[in-house]
Amino acid sequence: MEKFTQFEGIVAPLDRANVDTDLIIPKQFLKSIKRTGFGPNLFDELRYLDEGQPGQDCSHRPINPDFVLNRPRYKGASVLLARRNFGCGSSREHAPWALTDFGFRAVLAPSFADIFFNNSFKNGLLPIVLDEKIIDELFQQVAANEGYSLTIDLETQHIIKPDGSRIEFDVDPFRKHCLLEGLDDIGITLQDAELIKAYEARRKANSPWLFDVIK
Amino acid sequence: MAGKTLYDKLWDDHVVKQREDGTALIYIDRQLLHEVTSPQAFEGLRLAGRKPWRIDANIATPDHNVPTTDRSGPIADEVSRIQVQTLDDNCDEFGILEFKMQDHRQGIVHVVGPEQGATLPGMTIVCGDSHTATHGAFGALAHGIGTSEVEHVLATQCLIQKKMKSMLVRVDGELGPGVTAKDVVLAIIAKIGTAGGTGYAIEFGGSVIRGLSMEGRMTVCNMAIEAGARAGMIAVDEKTIAYFEGRPYSPQGDDWEKAVAYWQTLQSDDDAEFDAVVVLDGSQIKPQVSWGTSPEMVVAIDEALPDPDRESDPVKAEGMRRAYEYMGLKPGITMSDVVPDRVFIGSCTNSRIEDLRAAAAIARGRKVSPKVKQAMVVPGSGLVKSQAEKEGLDKIFVEAGFEWREPGCSMCLAMNADRLGDGEHCASTSNRNFEGRQGYGGRTHLVSPAMAAAAAIAGHFIDVRDMA
Repeated sequence: MEKFTQFEGIVAPLDRANVDTDLIIPKQFLKSIKRTGFGPNLFDELRYLDEGQPGQDCSHRPINPDFVLNRPRYKGASVLLARRNFGCGSSREHAPWALTDFGFRAVLAPSFADIFFNNSFKNGLLPIVLDEKIIDELFQQVAANEGYSLTIDLETQHIIKPDGSRIEFDVDPFRKHCLLEGLDDIGITLQDAELIKAYEARRKANSPWLFDVIK
Repeated sequence: MAGKTLYDKLWDDHVVKQREDGTALIYIDRQLLHEVTSPQAFEGLRLAGRKPWRIDANIATPDHNVPTTDRSGPIADEVSRIQVQTLDDNCDEFGILEFKMQDHRQGIVHVVGPEQGATLPGMTIVCGDSHTATHGAFGALAHGIGTSEVEHVLATQCLIQKKMKSMLVRVDGELGPGVTAKDVVLAIIAKIGTAGGTGYAIEFGGSVIRGLSMEGRMTVCNMAIEAGARAGMIAVDEKTIAYFEGRPYSPQGDDWEKAVAYWQTLQSDDDAEFDAVVVLDGSQIKPQVSWGTSPEMVVAIDEALPDPDRESDPVKAEGMRRAYEYMGLKPGITMSDVVPDRVFIGSCTNSRIEDLRAAAAIARGRKVSPKVKQAMVVPGSGLVKSQAEKEGLDKIFVEAGFEWREPGCSMCLAMNADRLGDGEHCASTSNRNFEGRQGYGGRTHLVSPAMAAAAAIAGHFIDVRDMA
């Protein structure tokens, strides 16, 4: 995974609560066996006026001009501003894959669904929880200023606004560490292989039925 | 010191290492695999040159993409066929037990696991599917994970996790006739909201939950995620233990006695403290129907649909307006004014034998209304299907005009050929009513199996208590 440090990006506002993973990436695109290529189908049902099919060239599809990501002023956005309970629904990691493939690197919302939140960190997408009042203000500022950009600094845990003012945010220390260093957490866990083996040996002695071979 | 909750006990039993940053390395006893969320995990293993840590901790079956019609030939949709083939190839390569599409034990992964005794009380169980909480019905710690974590579990048999907060949802009293586990869980979601359980592991308790069969308990835990909670669970009792007697992968002989003794400890202590407690009166729960595009947008069948103008929270009111527009409905009507174009009885929420019996009891000797274009019953597994056929349920359904299908996820998420047309309403026993979930432009109404069958017969949503 690429190291995540500091970046500046245009903010796109998605003004609806409970954005679910079916909306982020509809099920027909989950048939892919790859981790990449989901960007053109991000928010497919909102972005286009027709029903999308996997493998289709999206450049000729009729686009919905009213959808925020289709508006020229948000072209190249890498920060998504969202409402509460973002990413609710299924466990599909295709949701953060689609967001990052499109170019998003951070999502700001008052709250996130647990599984989506967790999946995002594994893919270099930073979900940031902010107070609902701050989110409201950001929605107003984005609407009022074309090209509104924010700088996200993970190291110092600050969002820097165009006027230089800062918003502090929380992030779990382990997840921050993994993002900053671009670490593969399987490698980290495998450093404890001996502990895992010792645990297994104890468990096998106490609860042998859990190790019956499933064949 | 306060006693332990069931969640505390399950958590403590699986800690491999407590880390200084507040996270812990948690051992995973069982991983369930299906074709949609596993290919990239296997690919990741191969790219990193890693091997599965414990092959026999995994069990796989294809469910999301499989056709529910004739399976004598290959899957017609090429992209689906490749995905199912990829699961087969990965399981063959690594030696993982898989019930392939033609196997009579194939089915929805959350139906198959318990049915085989492959998910047991006291286990930690994960799957790349958010409805994994289903298995918590047996006093297990079960939750959905993303594909990166599927790979993590394959490679290490562990997950790095932070302990969640605990919530007790207690449903007291007794359910009235015609009110089922599905109505209970929809009522819970309506009460606490789709984010009400975010950050929590929910334990469901109280006399109503204790009174439910194991199938009913699975229905309740299955939808913990629709209340925002990754994990839902229910204490072990005699019903739990009886459920596992004689299952193919249940412990045998001395191990059985040992396992039962352990399982009997899997309840919250009387003096356990929860971070949050929610109480519902079971006797007040009526048959439920969802009207909108979020599982919290639910009414009782005799209740008028809510008015967004009377909602004080502007974000919520906006969501309601959007839902009315998408669903083509208006505030103030009741759901009995709505005609389902299609009826779907199935999914990991409601496709077990008890669900099919409840639907068949309504369908028996009646006919699907000509207003309904299609009514289908999709059993949760090959074994559920053959049990239903042994009981003659298939004949009841077919005579009433329902289609009797092969097992799989089917129209719950429409990854196979079973789907709604644009603008069609569906009485569905599934778990999500999101926009487009059951097909592009489709309009889902979540109900119990009996309520779905009743809607099929009446040609509109109807209080199942009026059909007896």
